[in-house]
Amino acid sequence: MSLTYYLQVVNLLAALLLLISFAMLSQRRIVGLITLFAWQGAALAASTAIVAGSTGQHHLYWSAGITLALKVIAMPWFFYRLVRKLDVDRDVEPMINIPTTMLIGIVLVIFAFNLALPISQMSGTVTRSTLGIAMATVLLAFLMMITRSKAIPQVIGFLAMENGLFFAATSATYGMPLVVEMGVALDVLVGVFVLGIFFFQIRETFDSLDLKHMEKLKER
Amino acid sequence: MIPGILLQIIQTLVAILLAPLLLGWVNLCRAWLQGRRAPPLTQPYRVLKKLFHKDAVIAHTASPLFRFAPYMVFACMALAAGIVPTFANDLAFSPAADAIALVGVFALARVFLALAAMDIGTSFGTLGARREMLISFLAEPALLMVFFTASLISHSTALPTIVETLAHKEFVIYPSMAFAAVAFWMVSTAENARIPVDNPATHLELTMIHEAMILEYSARHLALIEWAVSLKLFTYSALGIALFVPWGIAARGDFAALPLAFLALTLKMVVGGATLSLLEATAAKVRLFRAPEFLGTAFMLAVLGMLTHFLLEV
Repeated sequence: MSLTYYLQVVNLLAALLLLISFAMLSQRRIVGLITLFAWQGAALAASTAIVAGSTGQHHLYWSAGITLALKVIAMPWFFYRLVRKLDVDRDVEPMINIPTTMLIGIVLVIFAFNLALPISQMSGTVTRSTLGIAMATVLLAFLMMITRSKAIPQVIGFLAMENGLFFAATSATYGMPLVVEMGVALDVLVGVFVLGIFFFQIRETFDSLDLKHMEKLKER
Repeated sequence: MIPGILLQIIQTLVAILLAPLLLGWVNLCRAWLQGRRAPPLTQPYRVLKKLFHKDAVIAHTASPLFRFAPYMVFACMALAAGIVPTFANDLAFSPAADAIALVGVFALARVFLALAAMDIGTSFGTLGARREMLISFLAEPALLMVFFTASLISHSTALPTIVETLAHKEFVIYPSMAFAAVAFWMVSTAENARIPVDNPATHLELTMIHEAMILEYSARHLALIEWAVSLKLFTYSALGIALFVPWGIAARGDFAALPLAFLALTLKMVVGGATLSLLEATAAKVRLFRAPEFLGTAFMLAVLGMLTHFLLEV
């Protein structure tokens, strides 16, 4: 019986993850986006910790700890600082207007839910029903990367996609081996720092963080 | 049957009498949060009393519809307040009207108010009525979707059955209700003319929606409309409580739990009113043309709640 209550909380956190993904899709300001990203990381860490506690998979505690340290504390702090330094906290107009983006998002969610159904039936974990939500989170983050033209929202979209993948791994197979997870976490951390340096370079070259300007670099 | 009718009458009377108090409490909290000196808690009652003692002024061009509309609006809201279980679940009216009928009752009141606003022929009334229709035709499907999510869980659209499933059966966390709750909050701000969509305290022609419609009313007509507005806020709060925090509502035939249920209702209303004013104080009013986007988001969230129900809870 206690397992089902844990499971219900995990389901609730999964729903929260999806809700935050949609909120990110509709968010116009960069600072709001970063806050939402931090909350998504928090929901992810909490659900991972609960799965670890309820199934006795102790390596998941480490994953939850890494998620908490990196995605809730370190990266949002880094992004806040970056936004302050670059002075880019203005409304970001997405390339497609927001209601249309949300409509596409709903279609993606239905697609992801249907896609995950046969896969989750093969999986033997107790959390398998949340796989659809994990895939929806990945696809929504991908959609956000496509519809935003500024550099920082795109990077946050990339990180949200990583969140979704991480959640998919937890729900389908109780997480990847710890070595792999450490490696991925380190990669993401390094990636964020490298991209942070890139932001300054991009702005120095084009006087803007709009990635549309990079099309000029194409050879004709 | 007799206790059902008795409870029905008591509950409707409680809703009608206490609704201005809830509005007063929300205004009080809002004044505190904005750093103003707060009006007394009973201010809405004083306003009603003052308005009932005045002589009504009615435009020459007004038709009987204009005089009739306030009574209609008030009657609709009183009926709606009777349908929603606030502290007792044993209601005699409940087999007659379910959640979908409730949406219809709200729509009826709105149609009469909009017609009355257009009846006088001033530009403000027409403007307000049109804006109200723009907002409401987007809010209504979202509200229905919220009800459908709850109905899917309880296999019924009758509100007492929904409350019974959520509060008196085995405790289960429904993730889909989290989506529905956010959607419901967005819809109820739009329907009650509260801050992200409309500002109840403004008379600025560029932004007002609800206030523009009732600009021509005075005295007892205005009093009835103001009372209906507070009753609507009360009904929506009761709906939110019944759908999302129903614990404490007395079960069918459980008369011993009624005093405790009343206490729970009071506590939930106090907390809910404070939360509403907090959300209002921290949010900025959206531009009128952003309102469709706001309500579109509410609709999507409600749909998403239904989808999540099929994924996680079946």
